[in-house]
Amino acid sequence: MAVHNQKAVREAPANTKGIIHWLQENLFSTPSNIALTLLGAYIIYSILPPFLQWAYFDANFAGDSKAQCTGDGACWTFVKVKMDMFMYGFYPEDQVWRLQAGVVLFFLLIGFFYFSKSNKLKIIAFTSYMIVAILLITGGMFGLEVVETDKWGGLMLTIVVAAVGIVFSFPIGIILAFGRASELPIIKSICITYIEFIRGVPLITILFMSSVILPLFFPEGITFDKLLRALIGITLFQAAYVAEIIRGGLQSIPRGQYEAADAIGLSYWQKMLLVILPQALKVAIPNLVGAFISLFQDTTLVLIIGLLDLLSMVGVAAGDSAWLGMETEGYVFVTFVFWAFCYGMSRYSNKLEKQFNTELK
Amino acid sequence: MTKFTKLSLAALALVGMSATAGTLEDTKKQGFVKCGVHVSNAGFSEVTSGGERKGMDVDGCRAVAAAVLGDASKVKYTPLNAKERFAALSSGEIDVLYRGTTWTETRDTSLGLNFAGVNYYDGQGFLVKNSDGIKNAAELDGATFCIQAGTTTELNVADYFRANKMAYKVNTYDSNDQVIKSYESGRCDVITSDASQLYGIRSTLKDPSGHTVLPEIISKEPLGPVVRQGDDAWFNIIKWSYNAMVEAEELGVTSQNVNKMKTSDSPAIKRLLGTEGNMGANLGLSADFAYNIIKQVGNYGEIFERNIGMNTPLKMKRGLNDLWTRGGLQYSPPFR
Amino acid sequence: MLNALRNRKVRGILFQLLTVLGLVAFLWYIGSNTMHNIEQRGIKTGFAFLDNSAGFGISEAPVAYTETDTHGRVFFVGLLNTLIVSFYGIIFATILGILIGVLRLSNNWLIRKLSSAYIDIFRNIPLLLQILFWYNVVLKALPSPKQSMEFKGDIFLNNRGLIIPSPDMNSTTITIIISFLVALVSIYFLNRWAKKKQEDTGNDFPTFLVSIGILVVLPILAYFIGGANFNFDIPALKGFNFVGGKTISPEFLALTLALVIYTATFIAEAVRSGIEAVNKGQKEAAASIGLSSYQSLKLVVLPQAIRIAIPPVINQYLNLIKNSSLAAAIGYPEIVTLFSGTSLNQVGQAIEIIAITMLVYLTMSISVSVLLNWLNHKIKIKER
Repeated sequence: MAVHNQKAVREAPANTKGIIHWLQENLFSTPSNIALTLLGAYIIYSILPPFLQWAYFDANFAGDSKAQCTGDGACWTFVKVKMDMFMYGFYPEDQVWRLQAGVVLFFLLIGFFYFSKSNKLKIIAFTSYMIVAILLITGGMFGLEVVETDKWGGLMLTIVVAAVGIVFSFPIGIILAFGRASELPIIKSICITYIEFIRGVPLITILFMSSVILPLFFPEGITFDKLLRALIGITLFQAAYVAEIIRGGLQSIPRGQYEAADAIGLSYWQKMLLVILPQALKVAIPNLVGAFISLFQDTTLVLIIGLLDLLSMVGVAAGDSAWLGMETEGYVFVTFVFWAFCYGMSRYSNKLEKQFNTELK
Repeated sequence: MTKFTKLSLAALALVGMSATAGTLEDTKKQGFVKCGVHVSNAGFSEVTSGGERKGMDVDGCRAVAAAVLGDASKVKYTPLNAKERFAALSSGEIDVLYRGTTWTETRDTSLGLNFAGVNYYDGQGFLVKNSDGIKNAAELDGATFCIQAGTTTELNVADYFRANKMAYKVNTYDSNDQVIKSYESGRCDVITSDASQLYGIRSTLKDPSGHTVLPEIISKEPLGPVVRQGDDAWFNIIKWSYNAMVEAEELGVTSQNVNKMKTSDSPAIKRLLGTEGNMGANLGLSADFAYNIIKQVGNYGEIFERNIGMNTPLKMKRGLNDLWTRGGLQYSPPFR
Repeated sequence: MLNALRNRKVRGILFQLLTVLGLVAFLWYIGSNTMHNIEQRGIKTGFAFLDNSAGFGISEAPVAYTETDTHGRVFFVGLLNTLIVSFYGIIFATILGILIGVLRLSNNWLIRKLSSAYIDIFRNIPLLLQILFWYNVVLKALPSPKQSMEFKGDIFLNNRGLIIPSPDMNSTTITIIISFLVALVSIYFLNRWAKKKQEDTGNDFPTFLVSIGILVVLPILAYFIGGANFNFDIPALKGFNFVGGKTISPEFLALTLALVIYTATFIAEAVRSGIEAVNKGQKEAAASIGLSSYQSLKLVVLPQAIRIAIPPVINQYLNLIKNSSLAAAIGYPEIVTLFSGTSLNQVGQAIEIIAITMLVYLTMSISVSVLLNWLNHKIKIKER
């Protein structure tokens, strides 16, 4: 019986592995590739070092007044001193704990969502969180002092606007999407008209409308808070986009699901809410996160109607006569905050998308 | 669905609802005066580092609160930009607008408003950089102007330069903040606005002494409180709570000596402070409404000096806003 | 009666009837309140204001405008400015977007990473923030007119804008412009002819090279035909500002730059996913029938990628047009700043003015979606 000796495993040829090979393959394979690499290196060289020099190496972090910013670089002292303003606007200092409590509770809620299996409990937890959060922010009950909305500002206002926008636009969006997918011609055309109208005009015109025209729609004596008017505008706007995304989800549900639900005798609402919607939402989630990112970016538009969101705080903080000329630092800081939020969410949505893709395969 | 009903109930807390029995009754019931003011205008309506509002216009609101409620601090301020101010007033979000609003024929007649007086006689001027070497408005040919939208300013500039056949450019911004930023960055050569605002803006610039307000005034800008048409009782209260401050200055009554003046023999002072006659009752107010204003807010001269006078960063002279007895325009009809 | 309610059709009709009634009641409530409020507050109604003199100046008007012109004219100026900024925004965003999208798939690791960093950074920063950054931070860093940055002696950059020489409108300039148009039209027909020829005979015609040739040669010919008299109006500093040449305002620059940078990230993603979506088998099939890699790209991959990429790209164009309304924050006089801003402040007729403005955007949106439907129909793969 012949004995087959296994031959020793040979290493891969030297020119197909290792860092040198990788560089060759990915950066220096052809003359045009070399040129591109050099161009890329030049772009990085001309942007990154000066920025780092300004933002870190030459920057000032210490002290609490403008006079202490002696270096050539950024004066982060400004951001440090004005941090409360960027975060909470003009919210009374002794009441800020209420906002912080809201954030802590939010993380508790997330933790609960992570561990809890029961959907019912999740809904109860979410609803009670919303109520508690609104109470904490506005006050007026349980001995909490009322904080008027003109004191709200900064990141807190940005988050309030985005959160209210997404939470309230969601049910409206679902109803609109059902309406658009409905077989009843009048309902369908009403929903289509609404969705296409809103999607056809810029948010700013809707905000102008809600801030200037809305008061005319109601009898004298009924007045809307300035912030509430903006929230109404943003919610109505966002609802049309949510509706379109959910409609996309609805369309991806196979006909058989509808027929099966009809066959076992479910009513229209039972069919839509218990069978179709849960599946449609699952498909729509990545896009909904995407819509939330745009909404989060769109909240900056409230600046134009005079609300003091995070972006407007740059102007307010740099308008302080003790800190004139600090816009650049303010803008860079605010840019970073917005970017971190949006980038984080977009990574999350990518992850979800991949997850669903594999599930479908 | 219940969660949404609950949430909307919570949101309803932000919707104000008031019966429209009459602004005076409503105000007494609420316990505060709803007053619209400038978001931020140095000397007229600004937020101190302690978070309080102060300024000429703010003191106007406080005078109303002192007259109606006997407590000058009972005011709810609504900061408004130029565009939304009239809508806020007509929708009832505010009951009186004290926000440097120019009294014009069009506004008085076609917007459903009533102007209740002039708390500051102003005019449109120009703020320039000293380094440009401009001494008077005639040298502004070809200059670029920064203007805040929603004001009579852009019309005045257009009129002035057309009349004088000079070339000019305007950049119009929604917020005062952006106007100042663009002026500082050199986008424009001149800020044009009411002179009172220009002094305020100058005091917030990096180097106030490097900028000058030119001597030319190109328009009349009588600024005063505004109310809705159709509630004459309220209109009267706004008018006379302001007049009381002017009258007090004329009669020499100040927040310091008002207690002593109560026993004065002068019939005019007696009528003003409510120890004689029934001025308060005519307005539906208590007899001592003017006493409360003067005691808690001060007379016109006091609020002027405190907010924008020579001892403030704004360093404004009385000028047109001096009493008529000293050659100015501030003049209260008699309390009689 | 109760039985009728169990009928699905009857229920549907009833439900719709109730909805319509509810909607009508709601609209009637709003409408009557509005009428009442307008009357009570003495606000004027109607569109007569469009014929009234505006009385204010406009910083940049592409057509003749003076303070005595009407609000109708103001509307027209604003509309033109919206179209201008959208036009340039779309052109440059497309170029940049395609470039980044293609580079994102490059073989070069560094370039690939740089392009995806570009996308990750700029699509996650709110557009308004980008506009304000370019306007307030970059503008501030630019010198005053007297110390302008100078390029080759006739292009100037300062805090009043970018000042470039403008060609004199003489016969040479006009012939050159016409020759460009002629070149574009002939390239279009050349492409159609080449495609037909390729389909009929299988012979490839070097359309790309010939097109470039036409684009270069025709204007050069036109230069000589038109009298070889091509002059520029060179800007020069005079008093406060530059005289001569063409000034591109900082507002326009900041707005266009931000719109281009932001929108390009979305276009790049659309282009990338379009190319990636083309089935690998298609490329392999193209290679197996002996097409070169250029031929495979041109004849197999791109035609399919374009079909996938065009709808999202056109949606981005629409977004760009709508986003140009953010000009209100920096005072570029487009329709929202000018008409819904300054005119509204002077006239006070919010309902009419905002309705007109919304109508303008709606018209643009609807025309773009009609165009999109037509395109989708036209480029649909025709199964044979």
